[in-house]
Amino acid sequence: MALTYEEVVAKYEPSLGLEVHVELNTQTKMFCGCATEFGAAPNTQTCPVCLGMPGALPVVNEKAIESTIRIGLALNCAITPKSRFARKNYFYPDMPKNFQISQYDEPICTNGYLDVEVETDEGSKTFRIEIERVHMEEDTGKSLHVGGATGRIHGAEYSLLDYNRAGIPLVEIVTKVVSGTGKYAPEVAKAYVKELRDILRSLGVSDVKMEQGSLRCDANVSLAPIGSGKLGTRSETKNVNSLRSVERAVRGEMIRHAGLLDKGERVIQETRHFQEDTGATRSGRSKEQAEDYRYFPEPDLTPVAPDAPWIEQLRSDLPEKPSVRRARLQEQWQVPDKEMAAMVNAGAVDLVEETVALGADPTKARGWWLGEISRLANEAEVELNAAGISPKDVARIVELIGAGELTDKLARQVVASVIAGEGDPDSVIAIKGIKVVSDESSLIAAIEKAIAAQPETAEKVRNGHLPAAGALIGAVMKETKGQADAARVRELLLGLLGQA
Amino acid sequence: MSDLIKKSASELAALIARKEVSSREVTQAHLDQISQTDSLIHAFLHVDSEGALTQAEMADKNQNSTKSPLHGVPLALKDVLAQKGIPTTCGSKILEGWRPPYDATVVTKLKDAGVVILGKTNMDEFAMGSSTENSAYGPTRNPWDTDRIPGGSGGGSAAALAAFQAPLAIGTDTGGSIRQPAAVTGTVGVKPTYGGVSRYGLVAFSSSLDQAGPCARTVLDTALLHQVIAGHDPKDATSINAPVPDVVAAAQRADVKGMKIGVVKELSGEGYEKGVAERFAESLAILESQGAEIIEVSCPNFTFALGAYYLIAPSEASSNLARFDAMRYGLRIGDDGTKSAEEVMSLTRDAGFGDEVKRRIILGTYALSAGYYDAFYGSAQKVRTLITRDFAAAYSKVDVLVSPTTPTVAFKIGEKSNDPVAMYLSDVATIPVNLAGVASMSLPAGLSDGLPVGFQIIAPAMKDDRLYLVGGALERELSAKWNGPLTHQIPDLVLR
Repeated sequence: MALTYEEVVAKYEPSLGLEVHVELNTQTKMFCGCATEFGAAPNTQTCPVCLGMPGALPVVNEKAIESTIRIGLALNCAITPKSRFARKNYFYPDMPKNFQISQYDEPICTNGYLDVEVETDEGSKTFRIEIERVHMEEDTGKSLHVGGATGRIHGAEYSLLDYNRAGIPLVEIVTKVVSGTGKYAPEVAKAYVKELRDILRSLGVSDVKMEQGSLRCDANVSLAPIGSGKLGTRSETKNVNSLRSVERAVRGEMIRHAGLLDKGERVIQETRHFQEDTGATRSGRSKEQAEDYRYFPEPDLTPVAPDAPWIEQLRSDLPEKPSVRRARLQEQWQVPDKEMAAMVNAGAVDLVEETVALGADPTKARGWWLGEISRLANEAEVELNAAGISPKDVARIVELIGAGELTDKLARQVVASVIAGEGDPDSVIAIKGIKVVSDESSLIAAIEKAIAAQPETAEKVRNGHLPAAGALIGAVMKETKGQADAARVRELLLGLLGQA
Repeated sequence: MSDLIKKSASELAALIARKEVSSREVTQAHLDQISQTDSLIHAFLHVDSEGALTQAEMADKNQNSTKSPLHGVPLALKDVLAQKGIPTTCGSKILEGWRPPYDATVVTKLKDAGVVILGKTNMDEFAMGSSTENSAYGPTRNPWDTDRIPGGSGGGSAAALAAFQAPLAIGTDTGGSIRQPAAVTGTVGVKPTYGGVSRYGLVAFSSSLDQAGPCARTVLDTALLHQVIAGHDPKDATSINAPVPDVVAAAQRADVKGMKIGVVKELSGEGYEKGVAERFAESLAILESQGAEIIEVSCPNFTFALGAYYLIAPSEASSNLARFDAMRYGLRIGDDGTKSAEEVMSLTRDAGFGDEVKRRIILGTYALSAGYYDAFYGSAQKVRTLITRDFAAAYSKVDVLVSPTTPTVAFKIGEKSNDPVAMYLSDVATIPVNLAGVASMSLPAGLSDGLPVGFQIIAPAMKDDRLYLVGGALERELSAKWNGPLTHQIPDLVLR
């Protein structure tokens, strides 16, 4: 019988290790001048260097180094005065040189931290995630396995190789062991990746699109009996492609590990692949026998030795930290703590800020993003920013409501239509003929019709029993197919019945 | 035999510049010599007659608009450098059929200088060897005695010069592959300062040691070629961004008066043949008579150089040669639709690499393995530092160091094929230079039993001009004695 999550965390203490790979958004690749644009036709963004042609040599992209140093600084890291590239040797067809230029024992940034906030039973709590290293490396090409059932290399008829991605600069951010999170481990993992993503976005160094692979997370999870003071055997879950998946993967692995440990079985040290559809992980490569990558210093490149004034310049040019920015916005918008936390958790801060910047009232903007749009995004199981509606759309809807051209109810229809891909608010309104009924003569006719149909109810209202008005208003709204402004209907009705 | 082929590159350039002879005529004369002699010598893996003549005609057309001192002069290119569209094999079956889509920077500079590239020369597979016997396409023979090796790995380039198939050649030197062939063929070869000549397009054997350099029959020709190919290249991160020393002026000045010349104690004595030692001593006497001060210096860590080299070079090679996997270019074995990518890689590498290459890949893989790294690669790097310090200490006392280039003259083909360590010892005097990244020249010092002996000069990094001051001075005296370059004494080639 599988343990419930509550049973797992009552018995075991989880430890996490998170490795995040970030594709930098430099114009050119890490070691050559090829373009990095996503989605180009296969093998059109290649040259002798990134194809690993005999004789070709790498030259470091200075912009990539600058981006990496900025990431390190934003994560409170020490910048290594002289760091080196190293070769990681292994054979794989999508790796043109059969070694990857990476960094090994001399990474460019070390020893940083990132504070993240998580809602706990005792309120909001800060967890400090220590960063072990931030290093640079080149991405590999992509293999496409054709034929066979699984799309995996085993059973495939043949494979196609696309080297467009080969040599794209990657930054790997590795945490130290994260412990002491207890049952909040899944939330802490998610909050860390999210905060990191926000920082990277604010630095402008990456597109940080998890679904396109420009931000990829590997989650290492291990369990040990509470109070044992030991670290258990870890599994390394790859292919975690959304924030939600980070949380699910950690929770799922904790439950799976606990199941094994409870049966007296051991956890195998291996990579596991997260299955987006089931939320489970599938066994990958065993790491019981550590692979020997025969690292050695890359002889084709000289050490990276950024000078101190440059580093200080980069440090002073860092953008406002997302956490600082959040505090500032909370102040500006006058949002209570709990609401702000909800906005952060929903990933709504940027969206609300953009909506406000387009002229919307902060409270109204927040209401839409956290209310109706969040509800629809949840239904569709997508992140809020992928819900299919833009801050511009929301600002326009808020504007139309303010102008009395939409009621809240009509606005919800417009939001649903925009999300359904039917166009921007104005075109949706035009196509569907959505409009507030403001012709008062037809409205008054409808009210009179309702009064005539329900004389007893009307009499109650005349006698001062105002709650009875609801039934009449409802009848009017029905008559006008919901297009009337309910507040105006109420005003007119009460006026006609002598209660204005 | 046309008398054009006996002329030096500088003489040919002058004749072409004065339009007394065309580049096309000079190129044709060398192509004729190749077709008459190369069935015996086998210096070339690929002769690009058509391309060379086209380049020559272009050079003749552009004659008036150039300041290049080697405009229109033909050259032999070692097959380890990429030349666009021209087969480049590195002496290996694994690259059979590969035509690079780009030019090495050295090749670009040669083309820009109007130098005519005749073809690609034979070499030990991936530059691993000291005899050119490790070429997958058969050995090159030494024009002085065709039963003997021309040195290696650049035996093809050296033999092409000695056989008058080309007045200029490009070699590459990882542990002596320019200098040892120069020594045993009676020609001149220079390994420039590491980083002095771009490695972009040089198919890597050992990246931290490889260096392309100029080869010719005279010191001045070597300097002229050095000047053409040297200089900073933004495509090579290890390329030095500093002005190239004026090697041509140094070769012309050829003056050692007041220079301090250090004789490396550790590069003499046991293992050095009598004839080699005698020619070396005579050369020292000449330099002393020209006003140089000869001082003995000790570089104690040089004795560890060979060991360190045979850890570092194979380690880097094991990684550099990993890319030859049948996936993108070159040989592909076993691709019959039933085998996995791993099997195709394995079958291809098994069939495509020769024994010496496999030996070094295995050595290097082992030396880099977890648990062995510190003892092998790590220790070798420490030795490398110690050797660099030995050089620095020596250069605090002297301007250049000298030694015999090789302990022996050319040995017979097949003589050391089954004894890799004996073969490795051919490079005992040249290897310390690569480990420290300093500059070095080998030039002819005379004959021992009718076979050439090399004299090695070693200058500090980026002081390559000193090689030419000393080499030029020594050559002036010796060629006066020989009545021309030593290569003019080569017996006429017997055509087989």
